[in-house]
Amino acid sequence: MATNTAAAPQRPSCDASTPNPYMPYLATVVEVIDETPNIKTFRVVLQDADAMKSFTFQPGQVGQLSVFGFGESTFVINSPPTRMDYLQFSVMRTGENTQALHNVAAGDTIGVRGPLGNSFPYESMKGKDIVFVGGGIGMAPLRTLLLFMLDNRKDYGKISLLYGARSPQDMAFSYELPEWLGRDDLDCVLTIDREAEGWQHKVGLIPNVLLEMAPSANNCVAITCGPPIMIKFTLQALEKLGFAPEQIVTTLEKRMKCGIGICGRCNIGDKYVCVDGPVFTLAELKEIPNEL
Amino acid sequence: MATLRYLPLAQVPQWLDGLAKSYTVFAPAREGSAVVYRPRAEGSMPELTARPTESAKHVVFPRAHELFSFTYKADPAVVGKRDLTLTQPQDPTPTVVFGALSCDARGFFAFDPVYDGCGTKGLAKDVYYLKRRQNTALVVLACRTALATCFCNWTGGSPASREGADVLATLVNDGLVMEALTPKGEELVSGLAEAGAEQGAAAEASHTAAEATMAPVPGAPLDPKAIADAVLARFDDATFWQAESAGCLACGACTYLCPTCYCFNITDESNGISGVRLRSWDTCMASLFTLEASGHNPRTAKANRLKNRVGHKFSYYPSLHGGRFSCCGCGRCIKSCPSSVDIRRIVQNALAAANVKE
Repeated sequence: MATNTAAAPQRPSCDASTPNPYMPYLATVVEVIDETPNIKTFRVVLQDADAMKSFTFQPGQVGQLSVFGFGESTFVINSPPTRMDYLQFSVMRTGENTQALHNVAAGDTIGVRGPLGNSFPYESMKGKDIVFVGGGIGMAPLRTLLLFMLDNRKDYGKISLLYGARSPQDMAFSYELPEWLGRDDLDCVLTIDREAEGWQHKVGLIPNVLLEMAPSANNCVAITCGPPIMIKFTLQALEKLGFAPEQIVTTLEKRMKCGIGICGRCNIGDKYVCVDGPVFTLAELKEIPNEL
Repeated sequence: MATLRYLPLAQVPQWLDGLAKSYTVFAPAREGSAVVYRPRAEGSMPELTARPTESAKHVVFPRAHELFSFTYKADPAVVGKRDLTLTQPQDPTPTVVFGALSCDARGFFAFDPVYDGCGTKGLAKDVYYLKRRQNTALVVLACRTALATCFCNWTGGSPASREGADVLATLVNDGLVMEALTPKGEELVSGLAEAGAEQGAAAEASHTAAEATMAPVPGAPLDPKAIADAVLARFDDATFWQAESAGCLACGACTYLCPTCYCFNITDESNGISGVRLRSWDTCMASLFTLEASGHNPRTAKANRLKNRVGHKFSYYPSLHGGRFSCCGCGRCIKSCPSSVDIRRIVQNALAAANVKE
């Protein structure tokens, strides 16, 4: 009873200087890239030049994109904070707002709220080997951290990337892959689910290819993102390879509205994916109730 | 204690008319078979005997309100180019709720830390809520009896709790004894005549009598930590939640009537070149609440959803906010549930299950 009869808390207040977290920045879409039949990438610049200049974020943080009249949804900022010419978001067409976003053209205005959420623990990854395992659109958050690490290359050990998609046509960021494959400071492996004409890389499901690659867990951190079923088997593969739960990092998705820990729909127990996530280690996930 | 004042019942309408010159006044009024908080009609007498069906939550947290409006305007200089402007709504006007219940006043304490950036976590502050919260004075009407569904004493409340109130009003004989509890409350009642010693004593006696009608807390003293642990311990017990939610129709009435349920939705409504972004009440009892665009839904079954509602109120919320339940024990969810789901019974069953295990 003690905690509930404690002195009544003070009534909170705010003043004119308190920022309104629901007001989006207006942003101009400077470029739209058709990635796959259902994924488009948007490069945007905040219209308020000062806001753009002072916009800072950490790899892994997300933003909310608005098409006014349709709504707002959450996407990771998939350009790194080391490249601030624009903010980049990749959007898979799945619902009303993503359809509205896909109708947006260069020159149009959209809304951006952010940065929101936590970020990849890139500080604690310094000096370690890194293995990225991305599936489909799950490559987007990995791209942010991958480019950030490549831009700070000396801080990290060996960097490997395993990136898979259903088919070559479903592979986002395809225009960047030749560069990634050609770098000698990045070990890049691509895979698709089924044989396709002209495909010169691996064929096979991501977890199986990962077991073939067999990266050493020694002083290594694995970062994985992708569809739930891929995550499930990738986590199993990583554990089989000797990765401890603390060495495995992933990101979660939930339906979100406010993005600031209030509206109540993205919680798993007492964790809110929008503010406590989206980035979690497997060790952290094992601590929270099983409600993914 | 502040000076007690006295307002004869016959003068209540006149006094409220006076307040209405400076405040928007909400008061309980009959609406069909329900009693609801409505902007008061001039000259009207508030409903002071029947227990309000709903809480006064919507005065501070409206069922739907505008976050901002947007307007597109064609740029005459560039063909096809449209300029967009966003406009924030005007700040709320000073408001008084007359006749809120003590549970309603305490219910806002569940909102406060969440909407105020979660204290030391330093999250974003919800300016819409905070502006209304600081602009709203609560004149709480002390309850004279507890209903069978009342359990405010489980959550540290009582029928005449002063917590969260600006003024405590107590019905005695043919008038209200008014006790200002904050400077804002003092401002409201300062014009009233002082209460006599007898009237003060009658108010005190009414509080004691009301307290005596409360059913005792089962197994008192109640241990909030044990409850939080017991509810969380049922997380993977699907049978438990299926049994507890068997009667649930997932109608959401509990969440809409609850003084502490604060979840919301954000939607856009547009009409051609202009529109609004709205925030409106949402209910975790609806399956759409967590349905993701991919089709995946972490809480498809009503058992999962009821688990989240009870878990949030008695386990997750307390773990984040100093052990306080996100429940003020008003009992409206019990009273108005069409299928007699009783949140007290769920908590007790969770406790019982935890004891069996040990």
